[in-house]
Amino acid sequence: MAALPLGFEWRVALRFLREGRMQSLLIVAGVAAGVAVITYIAALINGLQANTVAKTLGTQAHVSLRAPDDVLSPAGVPGAPAAGAAVLTDTQPRAQRLRSVANWQQLLPVLEQVAGVVAVSPMVSGSGLALRGEASQSVAVMGVELERYQRIVNLRQKIAAGQWSLAPGEAMIGTELAADLGVRVGDRFSLDTGSVTETLRVSALLDLGVKDLNRRTVLLPLRSGQSLLGVPGGATVLDLQVADVWEADAMARQLRSRYPYKVESWQDNNAQLLSALNAQSVSTAGIRAVVLVVVVLGIASVLVVSVVQKRREIGILRAMGSTRAQVMRVFLLQGAVVGALGSVLGVVLSWALIAAFTAFVRGPDGGPLFPIHLSWGDVVAATLMATLCGVLAAVVPARSAAALDPAQAIRM
Amino acid sequence: MDPRITASRAPTLLALQGVRKSYNLGRPNEVEVLHGIDLQMQAGEFVALVGPSGSGKSTLLNILGLLERMTAGRYQLQGQDVAALDDTGLTMLRRRCMGFVFQFHHLLPAFTALENVTLPALMAQGRVTAADMARATELLGAVGLADAVHRKPSELSGGMQQRVAIARALVHSPSLVLADEPTGNLDTQSSDDVFALLREIHARQGTAFLIVTHDLSLAQRCDRVVEVVDGVVAHDGPPDRGQRPAGEI
Repeated sequence: MAALPLGFEWRVALRFLREGRMQSLLIVAGVAAGVAVITYIAALINGLQANTVAKTLGTQAHVSLRAPDDVLSPAGVPGAPAAGAAVLTDTQPRAQRLRSVANWQQLLPVLEQVAGVVAVSPMVSGSGLALRGEASQSVAVMGVELERYQRIVNLRQKIAAGQWSLAPGEAMIGTELAADLGVRVGDRFSLDTGSVTETLRVSALLDLGVKDLNRRTVLLPLRSGQSLLGVPGGATVLDLQVADVWEADAMARQLRSRYPYKVESWQDNNAQLLSALNAQSVSTAGIRAVVLVVVVLGIASVLVVSVVQKRREIGILRAMGSTRAQVMRVFLLQGAVVGALGSVLGVVLSWALIAAFTAFVRGPDGGPLFPIHLSWGDVVAATLMATLCGVLAAVVPARSAAALDPAQAIRM
Repeated sequence: MDPRITASRAPTLLALQGVRKSYNLGRPNEVEVLHGIDLQMQAGEFVALVGPSGSGKSTLLNILGLLERMTAGRYQLQGQDVAALDDTGLTMLRRRCMGFVFQFHHLLPAFTALENVTLPALMAQGRVTAADMARATELLGAVGLADAVHRKPSELSGGMQQRVAIARALVHSPSLVLADEPTGNLDTQSSDDVFALLREIHARQGTAFLIVTHDLSLAQRCDRVVEVVDGVVAHDGPPDRGQRPAGEI
């Protein structure tokens, strides 16, 4: 039988821990509590942030690509201005008109091939007035290819009434708008974009989760939108969905550098939300760091006491021929074992807390407030971190144990 | 083989020359407890180290056992100059050559008798082989503890614990066993039994023993008595069976 690496150290470390059973149990419980807090908070915050981001992105694309803004160049003559000549540098910003993304039909398949892009959908969007009887509402008109747009925004889930259909002459509208206009599924209303007015039949009512969106949204087939908004054959926006939402910013930068279009990520459009999420992440990291420090101090204090209690045993081991390094490893292993055991228990505790949260904390619809999961990555990271902390916490006690004078220790 | 007959012809096990030991060196409270000890031991000798309390016996034992370093002088163990060794070298030499029996047994309470005896093997090899187990079991049988191998120290009497300590000191066949008051904490009967056991092992294995004791009758039953008084060797020779060595014991 091959020798177990550190066989002596393992045996002595485990026996020492078993000997001081209550002490060991208490510190393992302490580590478990620390790890549970760290992993539970991580899962909770990740779940909360994922839920917030999912809700935010539930009605918008990860990346949107538009035609560049119209810019006026200051008047002037080429070359250096002549002496005494007036130079007009102040220009009034130009009003932006609806413009199609140039060559969008060619661009669309190219964008679909970009690594990380999972869906691309053309849209023509502008504003208009929804009219019925005496009611008139300012609305956002969005012409889309329904199946493509479904891959950007999950509209099927948002249908409050009606059918999944967007045939020519049909429109899906927000529930609040329907209430304002006094229409139901199958009813008709007029849409006036300034230049064109068209009567549309309501095929479905949408609940987009935000009242203001429900009051303004009118979805049409792409071709209807193009004719209503005066952009024949055009698409004012190409919406992109990427595989990793947090890579949207990088994707936008990449596309900006590659194509002469105005490209914005969802992060560009939600700076305040991102800043709040970042603040949340930083404060969570702070809490986790404090808990880690408490765990390290807890393990260290117990091992320091253990070294004092076991001075005589350490002296005997040294007299019998164990090296200082062996004695040191005995205590480092104790720290590692306490850290590892505590982290395993902590993960189990964390799972229990998550299960309790999911079972007892309910949203207005009676379902879980938001889904939270403990990822294997978090579990492995917490276990490794707690074990490492155990070893680090044991360094000082281990060094003092190794430095003990065996003759003095035996006399104690 | 009778070690008492062959000891004088045996090779030198250890030799001390002018060994001094001071504590708090270089400080105002510096104190020298050994003032130039000369001592030689042959392999297989059975020696008693006696002397009054505070005479320096324990310090001398610690130096001999490589647990403390001397301040000055020369110490050769099996021909090796120990002053030249670093801490790891001393530890390895101690592991190989020495066995210790302490007054208060000093067994590891978390380990059974058998595990205590196999600890030196575990320490040296990282595992305990079947041969190590057999040797430890045999030794525990030899000290009369065949039925107690799986008992923890707390389940054994003082005499039994000391027997386990003796088995542990012998398990790796050391050249020298250093015993610090091995019977000092035992009743008379247990004390006699333990001493008889040491003599028996010595007779059978020829291991050298250096026994620190305050018990005059035990010292007289050793082959040689070294008496330390005030940090110097005051007497070194065969026991005077008729009278006690000089100084208070």
